Amino acid sequence: MTAVTLSDRNSGRRGDSFLSVQNLHVSFQTEDGVVKAVDGLSFEVEKGTTLGIVGESGSGKSVTNLAILGLHNPDHTEIDGEVWFEDQELIGASRTALENLRGNRIAMIFQDPLTSLSPYHTVGRQISEVYRKHKGASRQEARGRAIEMLERVGIPNAKTRVDDYPHHFSGGMRQRVMIAMALVCDPALLIADEPTTALDVTVQAQVLDLLKDLQQQTGTSIILITHDLGVIARTAHNVLVMYAGRAAERGTVRDILRSPRHPYTWGLLSSVPRLGSSVDVPLTAIRGTPPSLLDPPPGCPFHPRCDYVEQAKPELCLHERPDLSPETGHGDACYLTLKHKQEIFAQIKERP
Amino acid sequence: MLRFLTRRTLGAAVILLIIAAVTFFLFFAVPADPARLACGKVCPPETLAQARHNLGMDQPIFVQFVTWLGGIFVGRDYEGLGHCPAPCLGYSFVNHAPVFATIVDRMPVTISLTIGSAIIFLVFGVGTGIIAALNQGKPLDKIASVSSLIGASVQIYFVGTLAMYFLVYQWQVIERPQYVPFTDDPLQWAYGLLLPWIVLAIIFTANYTRMTRSTMVEQMSEDYVRTARAKGMSSRAVILRFALRGTITPIVTIFGIDVASLIGGAIITETTFSLQGIGRLSIQAVLNSDLPMLMATVLLAAAAIVVFNVIVDALYAVIDPRVRLS
Repeated sequence: MTAVTLSDRNSGRRGDSFLSVQNLHVSFQTEDGVVKAVDGLSFEVEKGTTLGIVGESGSGKSVTNLAILGLHNPDHTEIDGEVWFEDQELIGASRTALENLRGNRIAMIFQDPLTSLSPYHTVGRQISEVYRKHKGASRQEARGRAIEMLERVGIPNAKTRVDDYPHHFSGGMRQRVMIAMALVCDPALLIADEPTTALDVTVQAQVLDLLKDLQQQTGTSIILITHDLGVIARTAHNVLVMYAGRAAERGTVRDILRSPRHPYTWGLLSSVPRLGSSVDVPLTAIRGTPPSLLDPPPGCPFHPRCDYVEQAKPELCLHERPDLSPETGHGDACYLTLKHKQEIFAQIKERP
Repeated sequence: MLRFLTRRTLGAAVILLIIAAVTFFLFFAVPADPARLACGKVCPPETLAQARHNLGMDQPIFVQFVTWLGGIFVGRDYEGLGHCPAPCLGYSFVNHAPVFATIVDRMPVTISLTIGSAIIFLVFGVGTGIIAALNQGKPLDKIASVSSLIGASVQIYFVGTLAMYFLVYQWQVIERPQYVPFTDDPLQWAYGLLLPWIVLAIIFTANYTRMTRSTMVEQMSEDYVRTARAKGMSSRAVILRFALRGTITPIVTIFGIDVASLIGGAIITETTFSLQGIGRLSIQAVLNSDLPMLMATVLLAAAAIVVFNVIVDALYAVIDPRVRLS
């Protein structure tokens, strides 16, 4: 499952991954200036796998994925870079081309299923209209398909519930409806933007298991955006750690959780409570606050919060932007040497 | 739905009764004497006393109220004037006619004025609001904002008088507004009321534009509108089926109130264009101290508000499935 891909810098496209994002820049015009929400991000998603994108709020996770689908506000958003999906360049694609992709080949589910579903339409209608739009199905066929999808996501009495409105469902059931709606056209890629954040912990697990099951049945690739490393551990194959609109670390879920190399990833892992550890031991938080993207720090964007600048190369950390290295496989954007990283992480693991 | 309507109708009846009582007692506290009006210019004390007796004004005020109320349901007899059939809202000594008959006579003018201008301000107000919202921050939006600000701040008597002066008398673009019953000639009906419709609609259009625009802008950033776009819905479908849907509720709310208050009489518009509607009727009733007539117009205005409130509440359930009527 390692993201071993061939580099072909000239075309900007890599290997056989069917979604490839290359050097993506997204910036917003605001009254205070230009916000660089995504600043030179590259990643790939392979068929049938789940890529977990993890990072703090404002690290550019959601913006990246809205940009892939062209769902940003074109009036004050500037996008640069390449997004290849199934041999199609999505940046700069026509409106109709994007409309034909959305909900059809690439689907999306959002954080809060209550506000993300229309309160004015029955769930059946909201599901079937996607199917009708993209597959040209008749009203009857689409309704049948909607019932089938509701059954597949585990909604009891789908035949009668198809005519209910979202407010008739509980939070977890609503998210199942969202998933049914997203998967109705058998998309090749599902972008799930914090799909479990608004749900109860027990329901979270159910929804994640459902996504996993559906992925096994349909072979859909998933981009799972989250700030919850527990979710990552449970569902992702590959992980991209984002910080300040850039990639901090990339690797398989094993790489990231077992042998993380970036100080930011260490920070994220140390701030997760562990079952079995004493409740008296305080969690280690990452000191400081995320940088303002209006005026990001020069050099490594993480350096103002990093404890290891002195052990790396201060002149580089403070002045030179690090890129992911190596370019494929388990890579991280940090100037510490690999040996240093292994030693430091071993020490961190020793801490109670 | 049936239970809701029954309950609300009963509630409305109670509210109307309270309004009627308050108006009745308030008006009898003012120093105007209907008997003196009925009596005529030269009024010897014994004739006045006779008039008071005929009108039932020698009775205690509470008895008078009950008599008045009873008249609405069963009619009442005025000594020396004859029978006033139900629904009897009293007898106007200024017009020398039963109040109810006069109201029925004037109602079509006011209703015609209301319907015409309501259609105009609803279509133009909401239409402009949507266009402004979809072009947020662009020149079209700014033009709409500025013109609706101007529209909201002008006064009907000002625009109406200007329109009458220039369009009717100076340039003779349009004839002097007049009321022709719809059943006589629909074209003449519309033509005769066109100018008052437009003038009355100007101020309302502005309000609807502003409200539609702000609600629509809000709706466009709703999560479910983003979901609709993420599903691949065309921008047209996103706007019409999703964003507009949430805009309807507040529009219906104020539309109900506006139409209700217009039915109560557009006093200034009717006066400006010399249309004999309910508005004119009530202002004349005030000026002439015609208490029975004033009672009736106040009650009509109140009834319109109460009835339209029930209609609006019932419509909510149709528009928004989250609203349950019980």
